[in-house]
Amino acid sequence: MQDVVLALLTKEPSHGYDLRQRLAAALGPLGEALNAGQIYVTLTRLEKAGLVVQEREDAPVRGPRRKVYALTAAGQERVAAWMAESAGPRADVAEFHLKLVAAAESGLADPLALVDARRRELMRSLAEAQRAALAHDTDSEAGLLLEGIALRLQADLRWLEACERAWSARAPRGEGEGNG
Amino acid sequence: MKRVVPRVMGRSSRSDTDGSPGWGPAAAAAGPALRAVGLTRTYGEDESLVWAVDGVDLDVPAGQTLAVTGPSGCGKSTLLQLLGGLDRPSEGEVWLGGRRIDHLGERALARLRRRSVGFVFQAHHLMHELSAAQNVELPALLAGASPRAARHRAAELLHQVGLAHRARHLPSELSGGQRQRVAIARALANDPLVVLADEPTGNLDSAATHDILRLFDELRAAGQTLVVVTHDERVAATADRVVSMRDGTLADDTRLDGNRGRRHGHGGTGLGGTGLGALLSWED
Ligand SMILES: Nc1ncnc2c1ncn2[C@@H]1O[C@H](COP(=O)(O)OP(=O)(O)OP(=O)(O)O)[C@@H](O)[C@H]1O
Ligand SMILES: [Mg+2]
Repeated sequence: MQDVVLALLTKEPSHGYDLRQRLAAALGPLGEALNAGQIYVTLTRLEKAGLVVQEREDAPVRGPRRKVYALTAAGQERVAAWMAESAGPRADVAEFHLKLVAAAESGLADPLALVDARRRELMRSLAEAQRAALAHDTDSEAGLLLEGIALRLQADLRWLEACERAWSARAPRGEGEGNG
Repeated sequence: MKRVVPRVMGRSSRSDTDGSPGWGPAAAAAGPALRAVGLTRTYGEDESLVWAVDGVDLDVPAGQTLAVTGPSGCGKSTLLQLLGGLDRPSEGEVWLGGRRIDHLGERALARLRRRSVGFVFQAHHLMHELSAAQNVELPALLAGASPRAARHRAAELLHQVGLAHRARHLPSELSGGQRQRVAIARALANDPLVVLADEPTGNLDSAATHDILRLFDELRAAGQTLVVVTHDERVAATADRVVSMRDGTLADDTRLDGNRGRRHGHGGTGLGGTGLGALLSWED
């Protein structure tokens, strides 16, 4: 969650409330459990770690000047590293989804490039699982586990197809058009 | 005649020195088995013009198994038919075993297809009135083999696909998976240079798909060049290499062929990945 919050601050400094709105929009019903307190806990931790600082908003559109959180140089470095690193074999759907949202929002990475990289990564894992499955008796304990692993990886790959379609429709290549 | 080509990819891949005899990836020494250069196939004209295959360059080395994936309508079947000489390109070249085939005459092309290409389709296309064995004999007979040699070869192939005991059955007396295995045996009858399969597991459940995949794996281990068009990620994952098509072009090309030839895992992955162990977490 820390990385996601950092990434959402890349485009511009934000108030905790706005961050929560943005996350809630990306997560839909899955984000219902997310409360404002959790966002502030995360922001406080990031501040202690020197990754964000609080600033006064300079030109409020409406109402009083609020405190907004902004990335420090260290924070920017960490976001860039997170964007570049692979999601790992066990990353779940929501985690990768948020990474795509954050990539598009921050402009730090092309969501479609992330999808491609993820597809290769999952395909390699599936190749291992599927080959291992072929080498084991389907009814053996190990064979059964491998079957489950292969089916999950397959489901993840099918979801990536949907990601590719959706993100290619949203982001005309080359145009960094935010949707905030 | 065949040489072992270790195709190891990725950072942490270890060289595969324990290759059990008979299972090493093998490949003919000369050039690619299949080559497409600027391959293009259009259908229709004017405003209804469709670029089914649009400038595809592709080399399939001998002994490689290649999966072709991509959304419906992206041109996979068209590409496969061009590669196998079932269809002619609008532009570009197709080379099979070092020989250009796209401008061969009809008869020469038909002869070449029969001898050098084995096709497997989603619908098995077996002859209904012929037994499994007769179906498998047919291509050899058409290519001029003696009835005895054809019979012998068919028996051998049916044994290889695990259907020796079904040799005398009609297709209608076989399950879908069994029929598809007969179709694969038939495709192999003339020791083709390449086997081209279009959705070979499209109608099969996961157990029957497993059987086909085991069979493909044996073919791969024996050095058979194989191109499989598939929507099934699990089928694609068993190939040495996966290309994805988009709108008639090749959009992605991924190698999956680290650590091939290993039939029984001893840990390690050779894929440059993190290994299956990484899918399991002992912490908490
Ligand atoms: N004989 C034909 N006449 C006209 N258009 C055709 C013909 N065959 C294919 N097409 C068109 O060419 C494109 C590619 O078709 P193709 O069958 O190669 O796709 P595919 O990737 O195999 O799809 P699927 O996964 O659904 O089998 C499609 O737009 C299709 O409508
Ligand atoms: Mg097709």
